[in-house]
Amino acid sequence: MDSVAPFPHRQYAHCESGVVAALLTHYGLAISEPMVFGISGGLTFAYIPFIKITNLPIISYRMFPHAIIQGIQKRLGIRFRTHTYRDPARAHGELVTLLSEGRVVGLQTSVYWLPYFPDEMRFQFNAHNLIVYGMEDGQFLVSDPIADHLVRIAPADLENARFAKGTLAPRGFLYYPERVPSSIAMEEPIRKAIRKTAQMMLYAPVPLIGVKGIRTLAGRIERLRRHPDQRYVRNFLGHIVRMQEEIGTGGGGFRFMYAAFLQEAGETLGLPVLKEASLRMTEAGDLWRTFALACARACKRKGEPVDFTAIANLARQCADFEQQVFRMLRRIE
Amino acid sequence: MRIDETPQDHIRTLGGETKALYVLDDDGRYTTARTTGWEVEEIVLNQVIEDFQAKAEEARRRVRAGETSPIEYYMYKNWMDPLTLAQAMGLFRWQVRRHFRPAVFARLSEARLRAYARLFHIDVQMLKTLKEDP
Repeated sequence: MDSVAPFPHRQYAHCESGVVAALLTHYGLAISEPMVFGISGGLTFAYIPFIKITNLPIISYRMFPHAIIQGIQKRLGIRFRTHTYRDPARAHGELVTLLSEGRVVGLQTSVYWLPYFPDEMRFQFNAHNLIVYGMEDGQFLVSDPIADHLVRIAPADLENARFAKGTLAPRGFLYYPERVPSSIAMEEPIRKAIRKTAQMMLYAPVPLIGVKGIRTLAGRIERLRRHPDQRYVRNFLGHIVRMQEEIGTGGGGFRFMYAAFLQEAGETLGLPVLKEASLRMTEAGDLWRTFALACARACKRKGEPVDFTAIANLARQCADFEQQVFRMLRRIE
Repeated sequence: MRIDETPQDHIRTLGGETKALYVLDDDGRYTTARTTGWEVEEIVLNQVIEDFQAKAEEARRRVRAGETSPIEYYMYKNWMDPLTLAQAMGLFRWQVRRHFRPAVFARLSEARLRAYARLFHIDVQMLKTLKEDP
């Protein structure tokens, strides 16, 4: 493998939607990241107080890891070949074989073990996705969707990253699409995906998901006023913002990416209502940014009084905005 | 967010890298823009890092006082808590907590020490002696 075809690297906002968009485009179906995110039903809101990571509840603005890979297969009828491994040596061998056949593949990795990440970002997070497109001088050539340039990684480092233990352990997870058509009728998949996301955001059976989840979180923020441990309060507010802005979300907790999807979907379907919904979703994203700013300020000022009700009300406004958007979307034809 | 509102705060925590944001261009069309980071991200990331650093310093003091093992110090230094450390090691939390006891730590097998050292990106000697500049 002395001459590897250069890979047209693009920087994406989110790792999983970025890898899927780049892989599909590479294998012949030109598709944008927002389209992948929207069609796979990637958007959600979830506040799960009884599952904790480093003592803080799960707060998520997107579906669980692998949901995009699964969703895109279901909606577009494209099959991905997926592998997990118990034996790192075998995982390495099969990766090398696939690359020598000219395949470009997606891998699940742990950011803790990726040397090209800034040190401050290397937390124990096991569901980061990247593309390996070749080998040169004994190193793997990597297109990491959230990095702004191509990178290389030594086999030993990649092995550590692919076989990290813990929650969402990758177990060497490798994937690539089989037989990708050069064009697919997107209309029906778009309609179905939007209706499904709207249904979940409006009518989730538990008050922890969708707009009800946002309101539950707002209530929790308001009650932080009586929390005895200031350190915990700051951690909690910082945690919300980290889940919303820090990890690659494209800004506003994926709301801007979803607005981009609605805009593109509106053109594909010729539906003015989607254009209107996209504008409203952008406003929701802007409001989420205002909310993040308020949380960060409260987090920074140690000891000064914090207006928790004002912060909670911003979250409630986000919920109201999103409720309006998804009411517009729930019955699109 | 409009493209001219894209934050360019050159935050230290991105280490000179950039990220992509979805923004509206002048014609109201969505596009991606590169950002050198938003101050808000830096505040919340520094907050969690400071929290871990404070816990690490506290642990270092207790290692010196013979109240805990260096594992607890390196755990916080690498931004983990007992549960994430246990999961990353493939152990139970109670085992990790037990390894915090200096007497237990002194009897740990070479293989176990190597596994901890590998996770913390240090060598075994460093793990045993806590010799390290913060």
